[in-house]
Amino acid sequence: MAQVTFLEAIRQALFEEMERDPAVVCLGEDIGVYGGAFKVTQGLLERFGWERVIDTPISETAIIGAACGMSYTGLRPVAELQFIDFIACCFNQITNFVAKSHYRWGAPVPMVVRGPSGGGVHGGPFHSQNPEMYFTHTPGLKVVYPATPYDAKGLLKSAIRDNNPVLFFEHKFLYRRIKEEVPEGDYTVPLGKAVVRRKGRDLTIVTYAAMMHTSLEAANLLAQEGIEAEVVDLRTLLPLDKETILQSVKKTNKLLVVHEDTRTGGIAGEIAAIVCEGAFEDLDGPILRVTALDTPAPYAPSLEERFLPQAKDVVEKARELARY
Amino acid sequence: MAVDVIMPQMGESIFEGTITKWLKKPGDRVERDEPLFEISTDKVDAEIPAPSAGVLKEIKVKEGQTVPIQTVVAVIDAAGAPAAAAAPAKAEPEKKAAPVPAPAKVEAPAPRPAPTPAPAVAPPPPAGEKIRSSPLVRRLAREHGVDLAQVPGTGMGGRITKHDILGAIGAGGAAARPAPPAAAGAVAHIALENAVPREKIYFGRYEVQPMSVMRQKIAEHMVVSKRVSPHVYSMDEVDMTRVVELREKTKAEFERKHETKLTFMPFFVRSCVEALRAFPTVNASVDGTSVVLHKDINIGIAVALDWGLIVPVIKGAGEKNFLGIARAINDLAERARSKKLKPEEVQEGTF
Repeated sequence: MAQVTFLEAIRQALFEEMERDPAVVCLGEDIGVYGGAFKVTQGLLERFGWERVIDTPISETAIIGAACGMSYTGLRPVAELQFIDFIACCFNQITNFVAKSHYRWGAPVPMVVRGPSGGGVHGGPFHSQNPEMYFTHTPGLKVVYPATPYDAKGLLKSAIRDNNPVLFFEHKFLYRRIKEEVPEGDYTVPLGKAVVRRKGRDLTIVTYAAMMHTSLEAANLLAQEGIEAEVVDLRTLLPLDKETILQSVKKTNKLLVVHEDTRTGGIAGEIAAIVCEGAFEDLDGPILRVTALDTPAPYAPSLEERFLPQAKDVVEKARELARY
Repeated sequence: MAVDVIMPQMGESIFEGTITKWLKKPGDRVERDEPLFEISTDKVDAEIPAPSAGVLKEIKVKEGQTVPIQTVVAVIDAAGAPAAAAAPAKAEPEKKAAPVPAPAKVEAPAPRPAPTPAPAVAPPPPAGEKIRSSPLVRRLAREHGVDLAQVPGTGMGGRITKHDILGAIGAGGAAARPAPPAAAGAVAHIALENAVPREKIYFGRYEVQPMSVMRQKIAEHMVVSKRVSPHVYSMDEVDMTRVVELREKTKAEFERKHETKLTFMPFFVRSCVEALRAFPTVNASVDGTSVVLHKDINIGIAVALDWGLIVPVIKGAGEKNFLGIARAINDLAERARSKKLKPEEVQEGTF
């Protein structure tokens, strides 16, 4: 097996799915000739031609609208948004139309919207956001946010094969920083299933995406102090794998939720409610959160570092919780 | 002067009692020591005498209700009662005066103590002092019958943590002790943990019936007995032919002469007495690492009742002749069935 980056794994998934199914087409800004702003789609145009790898005008609404229409004709479009921040332009199309089409008209929309998200790369307020929760609140959508190359590839394949719209968030901090052995052959990772990345006894850290790595780093630091944290990687936010969360909390009796999204309205609140409903009498401490601050993402590196959760922040909160 | 009538503590491990019957109505005249109501507790069913002469003013606890010991169940207006002592102008609560014999447990090797006055109400947790724990800790405490007031907390601000409660449960005796039975009877006795997971019990169609206090106690004692004393069985066959023949031949004569029935039981009890004399180590209790050899032979006999089972004790069986044993058995069995046993009659068995 070859070591591949997070980005490479995503590219492999696109290649293999386009290879496997002629209905799969890609569209987005500069994804063809240029190979994508981050080069995720490099080589696709040469391999599959301009009819299946479509460069679009700079209009996110055009991309989503076109993808939706393509879905109705039997295609399986994969729409790239150059930065996922601009998915906000398509909010109405996605939440009012794409998400409800199957329910309201019996017309499923088998499309994927994918794009780079998240901070840590000094991208400033318009190129660092985590808008997953706007859509996690929308029935009819699926929201996927992987943390590892293996999962990115397997989940993107599942997303493309799914008959309903899937939003696929690619944390750009991970694109070239994370490498992992990924099998050559075809495999998928099921949507809606979380995974325990690290077993632990003293508390559970529920997290996803780039924060999964921050949490693992924190867990290793905590282990030096004798605190064993269990790390649960959600992988999919909608549908949420409540069972795995509850199972882990019932074991460790303490919960810390870590996400890079801003605090208010982040998924930590939803998870806290789920745990209170399903495992209140298993809690031996308050449910705590480590999240980004409730501000726009700052440009300045020093401010961004303060804005984003760091491993030391996770260690501190986990320590407090373990001691509680 | 108003005299409170309280739910007496019928035995030192008793926390509550059920009023099964009121023998007087409000407005009725009662004499001191006249039976006033009937109760049923974990250990015994009994008639409770009036603590004072007077007029029954108020019944506060209805038949069928279960209340903690020391609860005021009725008020007697003792004014003008000839037997009443000259009441002080400011009537003090007469609780302490209630003639409730609370038989104290025999502390080895002390001699039998005289009945002590009714103990004061168990001290409530200091008012205002909140025990800090967590939902998990409270659940575990409930499931294992642990009194959280007894568990030292090591968490932040003295909070009782998961580790503290697990330690207390693991330690067993010290901090973990059976919670007082709740009125609903849905008490998780420490000795009665579920052998089968709950989800394997509740399925299909079912009805849940709370056990009576007596039944809970029987179960609890059976489990404890299994745990603390290894059960070993040795079987011998005894030819009872001659005993059966003797009884057949003499029972009519026996009953006519002594006015009590001749059953097989006195034969068995008498045999036990002889056997215990020959093997005194069997007439013993274990207290931790000590063996307490009882000098008295007090034989408990199980009496089946429609509503359960009770074990009255023939005190001093070793000093009774055959007739004395027969009388004691018949008397105890009869009173067990009519709920007239006194609390001390179900205690201090040695065998």
